[in-house]
Amino acid sequence: MEASGTTVVSRASFIESTLRGLARGMSKALVSEHAATRPGLLQQLDPRVRVIGVLLLTVAVVVCRRFEGIVSLMMVATSIAVASRVSLASLAKRVWLVTLGFTGLIALPALFLTPGEPVFALQGLHISISAQGARTVALLVLRAETAATFTTVLVLCTPWNHILKALRSLHLPPEVVTMLAMTHRYVFLMIETANQMFESRQSRTIGTLSGSERRKMTTRTAGVLLSKSIELSHEVYLAMLSRGYRGEIHLLTDFRLRPRDYMALTAFLMTAGLAMWVGR
Amino acid sequence: MHIPDGYLSPSTCATLYVLSASGWYGSLKRIKRVFASRTIPLISVFAAFSFVVMMLNVPLPGGTTGHAVGVGVAAIVLGPWGAILAISITLAIQALFFGDGGITTLGANCFNMAIVGSFVAYGVYRWIAGKSELISRRRIVAAALAGYVSINAAALVAAIEFGIQPLLFHDANGTPLYAPYSLHVAIPAMMIGHLTIAGIAEAVISAGMVSYLQTADLGVLRGIKSVGPGSVQIVSGAPGESSKAEPSQRRLWWTVALLMLCTPVGILAAGSAWGEWSSADLKNPHKRAQIGVVSGNQAPPSSVPAGLQKLATLWTAPFPGYAPRFVRSQAFGYLLSAMFGVGFFVVTSLITSVVGSKWKRPERQL
Repeated sequence: MEASGTTVVSRASFIESTLRGLARGMSKALVSEHAATRPGLLQQLDPRVRVIGVLLLTVAVVVCRRFEGIVSLMMVATSIAVASRVSLASLAKRVWLVTLGFTGLIALPALFLTPGEPVFALQGLHISISAQGARTVALLVLRAETAATFTTVLVLCTPWNHILKALRSLHLPPEVVTMLAMTHRYVFLMIETANQMFESRQSRTIGTLSGSERRKMTTRTAGVLLSKSIELSHEVYLAMLSRGYRGEIHLLTDFRLRPRDYMALTAFLMTAGLAMWVGR
Repeated sequence: MHIPDGYLSPSTCATLYVLSASGWYGSLKRIKRVFASRTIPLISVFAAFSFVVMMLNVPLPGGTTGHAVGVGVAAIVLGPWGAILAISITLAIQALFFGDGGITTLGANCFNMAIVGSFVAYGVYRWIAGKSELISRRRIVAAALAGYVSINAAALVAAIEFGIQPLLFHDANGTPLYAPYSLHVAIPAMMIGHLTIAGIAEAVISAGMVSYLQTADLGVLRGIKSVGPGSVQIVSGAPGESSKAEPSQRRLWWTVALLMLCTPVGILAAGSAWGEWSSADLKNPHKRAQIGVVSGNQAPPSSVPAGLQKLATLWTAPFPGYAPRFVRSQAFGYLLSAMFGVGFFVVTSLITSVVGSKWKRPERQL
């Protein structure tokens, strides 16, 4: 039984919010795996073309300095999402609203803080919105939304192992690709382990936890996870050795480019180039 | 602190990718030397652990909660080089898979949190812990401060990256094209949140975990090293000690750093070096008089030589007179130029050595 302290917070709110956070991470990943199997535009392309194309378009978004360029890229991103059978509702919930909330909150004060010619004044408060402020906020929000849409559509339409293979064929060192793959694999195991630890703690806790008890619980859970991680890395290493691992990494890249991949790559290149030219 | 795409200009992103790439290359080489073939499973599993730590809500005094990055713990257990890799891998997974942080800004995020954060955390921990016993309370305080200072150092670097954007990248009307806040807004805005909530969350998780390890798994605090394929043991000595550079090399780096700090001394030198006159100097009557005096009272040519005039416009230096245009302080301009010059040579050497080694030993693939 846990003693209650002076600053009492419901045990349910703390443990359950942590459990919810961990479960959210898991479900987010499962949604990605599910969407990647649907037939759609991006799914039919070679993963290397997808990765290169979306990276090019994301770079074009960052390079663009004019609304016209970024707006046209946002339309391209939305069209690719629709053609790849990504639900616009989930995109809005997962990307657009989140980015708008985050970037909008950060950018909002720039409306008033950016010096320039005033276009709207709040009488009595002695503050005004400048044309430059409005433009910089719009640019920042639009750019962040468009870049996030592109990367999310790529992740939703491409299984993780395909992204890694594509990165390998782009000459990322094999050690790094292997570490990314293994980390991704063990993230889920760690989340599951942390989840089980919090659940078991919740099942044995009655009453409420004080602030210091909650801190102790979180840091001890993290400490146990650390010890387990080191143990696990040892076990994984032995398993790798037993399968013949001698410190060298060999990855299979069995992708083959087809005519439609070349066409898509050309389209990505032309779109990115055109957007950069328009938005220069 | 995970900077999304669109907040930093392409040139800032590219510069920070180059800086991070040199950090990744250096840490991969050092870590492979220490952990040999155990590097990949160790760093991967540790990166997965860091990922989960970033998801945990850390309850803070006052009833609020915050998220830690785990950079303090990573630097204490793996040493700075191992922490760079583990945190970078975590950030890459977050950016690529969970959309937390941008793709174009991944280099910046890794530079801030993985590179700056790891070195600051390790330095503070080693400095405060000193040679104290592994089970002493001083280690807990050291871990707390390491976590707190490192996350704030990373936030400060991120704030500087944000703050220089409107200074460097704006259109003709003065509209900032990327992050809109200048340094005097970006630094306080970033630091208030990190000095109060995020810093404390990092301090709590670092101190709490070191305290836990002192009672439950003391060996981890001694450092993890591999002594050969298949056999792993916890050995005495602080993490990262074996990854130290050779003494002569370390002295060289210290000397380079000292020389870089001394570069603003150049401001004391008046006038320009003999024979290094520009076409503008030859047109300026005051400068012409000075040139005449230092040339043994021999007057310079009455007009700028045609060849000099033509060739002078061929190339415009990015940092003319060791003073980038966006820097107002001359001393800082000298320092920045020195850092850029040294960084350029280090990166060029690294690229040359990578290209050279690849040319000698072609990579085998199945």
